[in-house]
Amino acid sequence: MTTETTTSAKLHQKSCVVFGATSAIAQAVASEHAKHGYALALVGRNQEKLEQIKSHLVTLGASQVSIHVQDLNAFDKHEELLQGILAEIGQYDRVLIAQGTLPEQRDIEKNYALTEQCIKDNALNTISLATSIANAMEAQKAGKIAIISSVAGDRGRQSNYIYGACKAMVTTFAAGLRNRLQASNVHVITIKPGFVDTPMTAHIPKGALWAQPEDVAKDIMSAFEKDKNIVYTPWFWRYIMLIIQHVPEFIFKKLKL
Amino acid sequence: MAQNLAWGRLFQWHQPVTSLSWRTSTLPALAEDQHSYLPYGLGRSYGDSCLNKDGVLVSSKQLTRFIHFDSKTGLLEVEAGVTLKQILEFAVPRGWFLPVTPGTKNVTYGGAVANDVHGKNHHSAGTFGCHTPWFYLLRSDGQYLKCSTLDNVDLYKATIGGLGLTGFITAGAIQLKKIRTPWMDVDSFRYKNFDEFCELSKRAADEYEYTVAWVDALAKGDKLGQGLFLAANHRDLPHSSGQDPYANQAPKLSIPVEFPNIALNPLSIKAFNFLYLNQQRTPYKQSVQHYNPYFYPLDGIGTWNKIYGRRGFYQYQCAVPSEPEIMREIMTKIAHSDGGSFLTVLKEFGDIQSPGMLSFPMEGFTFALDFPNKGGETLKLLNELDALVRDAKGRVYPAKDARMSAESFATFYPNWEHFSQFIDPAFSSSFWRRVTGTSA
Ligand SMILES: Cc1cc2nc3c(=O)[nH]c(=O)nc-3n(C[C@H](O)[C@H](O)[C@H](O)COP(=O)(O)OP(=O)(O)OC[C@H]3O[C@@H](n4cnc5c(N)ncnc54)[C@H](O)[C@@H]3O)c2cc1C
Ligand SMILES: NC(=O)c1ccc[n+]([C@@H]2O[C@H](COP(=O)([O-])OP(=O)(O)OC[C@H]3O[C@@H](n4cnc5c(N)ncnc54)[C@H](OP(=O)(O)O)[C@@H]3O)[C@@H](O)[C@H]2O)c1
Repeated sequence: MTTETTTSAKLHQKSCVVFGATSAIAQAVASEHAKHGYALALVGRNQEKLEQIKSHLVTLGASQVSIHVQDLNAFDKHEELLQGILAEIGQYDRVLIAQGTLPEQRDIEKNYALTEQCIKDNALNTISLATSIANAMEAQKAGKIAIISSVAGDRGRQSNYIYGACKAMVTTFAAGLRNRLQASNVHVITIKPGFVDTPMTAHIPKGALWAQPEDVAKDIMSAFEKDKNIVYTPWFWRYIMLIIQHVPEFIFKKLKL
Repeated sequence: MAQNLAWGRLFQWHQPVTSLSWRTSTLPALAEDQHSYLPYGLGRSYGDSCLNKDGVLVSSKQLTRFIHFDSKTGLLEVEAGVTLKQILEFAVPRGWFLPVTPGTKNVTYGGAVANDVHGKNHHSAGTFGCHTPWFYLLRSDGQYLKCSTLDNVDLYKATIGGLGLTGFITAGAIQLKKIRTPWMDVDSFRYKNFDEFCELSKRAADEYEYTVAWVDALAKGDKLGQGLFLAANHRDLPHSSGQDPYANQAPKLSIPVEFPNIALNPLSIKAFNFLYLNQQRTPYKQSVQHYNPYFYPLDGIGTWNKIYGRRGFYQYQCAVPSEPEIMREIMTKIAHSDGGSFLTVLKEFGDIQSPGMLSFPMEGFTFALDFPNKGGETLKLLNELDALVRDAKGRVYPAKDARMSAESFATFYPNWEHFSQFIDPAFSSSFWRRVTGTSA
């Protein structure tokens, strides 16, 4: 649902479309783009929050900021939403898909309806959006799309395997997309954050491994600039996950992780 | 897990922290075992004024959005968790600067208002609160109030320097000031004793926006108060160094001596201070410095507060009326005690009044120095200093304090009872309970 549209489509302006724009990580990424004068299209489900982010980005120097209020679980609205955004920016340049939820594993593991909701929140809405955008980018023969997955997708653990399974699906989907679109000059980036201090994790006690959204945003910016493929952020998670992935299953299944 | 949420690292109790994500958020309900809220910025206060034992800290770390900037007037509106560092990174390339800045840029807008912070330009610009025309205050009864020189005036005055007790500042304005370059013209004078300091300070006040002295705290007798007097103005002309004139980054090696992190211990700090004072052999030196090393020499060293070890440290900062005898007495006491750090910061505050009810700065001399925590010995010395300051009708700075008595506080801030009526009933701090002799 476009609450604000421009009269003329700006064809040559650098743009970044942000889905789940109210996410703390997404806000930090949008801020970096605003400082570089990008035009930004923000998609989220809360108008008031989006307005607060908009004034921030405009003040920082974004050449233009539009707001699109949309619950991204309304899959049947995706086409209309994307049409509206495209009408505004002309063609896709950079896209970030950031929305997600972190339900309590204990609450959802005994309830399929809640499990399905988690899959919609963390995998299906991303895949629906990425499908349309990827096809449009393929036709453009240009564009970069960064998708936030998670280290949680690298191996299933009893403490969050449903969320983890969603992220695993996103990771595998993104890998295939990257492979397919490579020939069309379209670049797909998989972002795998570790622990990040955001509203999503407000209830979890913080320790030394925790990163700030600004740190993660810097890595995402550099991934866009240097066409990186898979980004663990902060970097040391690549090695933590390397170890975790190599623990033999007969041992792993006994661990309290 | 042990937390050190205040800069002096003296208190390590378990301290719950929550945060507000949006300026339209409401305060989360208090848990059963929590008696009150206290706003929290970046914990650059040294003692317990930013702590609340058995209560909850409400952090502004997610309130880091800019709201509006008027490029004609320089009026900037930000959320309370925006740091002075973020403001500088935004403003300097646009030709604007902070009207007042403390010696670190790692503090938040909310924290700067709540301690009504001052800088080296107090004599020419007053405190931070003199440049904050309005802010928004969230109270525990759900009220969301605009406070300014026109709206909720009493609450406006109580909140500036109000130690976070009057409610949570969600956002506010700051009047920036125009600069032509990010460089500073710095004149430094080596002077021999306190009389010379007074002379320099008087003469420099009209000519320089910024003045401060680094004093050798161990010098005694006719050398008492000797040090380096630094006077500076923002530079109007570009500096030909091949640097981008609006770069925010400090040029490398601009700090006279840099330490590798591992070499930081109290001894090496003494050496650092010694070199800092002695780097200048001539009585007078002119230089051009980037604003970063000039204003924030310690920010380059990161968490230097850890060098004092596990027991932490006290910082003592007082202000006393401009009577040289009082200052001499205090400095003599410190010089003979051997308990403090080698280096003292000395400055003369001007007479610009802050709107803040409980603000620390007053016309006269102010000086600050660190004291490694050596237990009772340190506390005894600081109490003796308090007595001198009380007699002189001076004050001690709450932002740096972790130990002043209720009696001292009441003498330093005689209007504290008047101030109390503006405190939000659900807000409190460990500092406040200590200096008012109340329990939660
Ligand atoms: C190296 C160094 C140099 C310094 N130099 C100076 C100096 O030159 N001059 C000077 O004046 N001070 C100086 N200080 C002290 C520092 O500027 C103050 O303590 C400042 O208030 C710290 O800000 P903060 O954001 O870290 O807030 P905190 O220390 O976290 O909190 C400070 C106070 O502000 C309140 N507060 C924080 N956020 C809010 C909010 N959103 N709403 C309401 N209340 C709030 C807290 O409750 C607390 O009472 C220095 C400190 C250091 C570490
Ligand atoms: N934080 C971590 O430790 C961590 C680690 C690994 C991966 N990640 C991933 O990083 C991404 C960003 O999360 P974050 O940490 O920044 O947390 P966050 O601030 O809580 O952001 C999540 C955002 O997603 C939005 N959202 C959720 N469902 C939506 C929907 N159906 N439609 C529209 N918006 C929706 C939420 O909007 P509302 O504000 O309206 O609720 C919220 O702003 C997520 O994909 C998350 O899984 C985070």
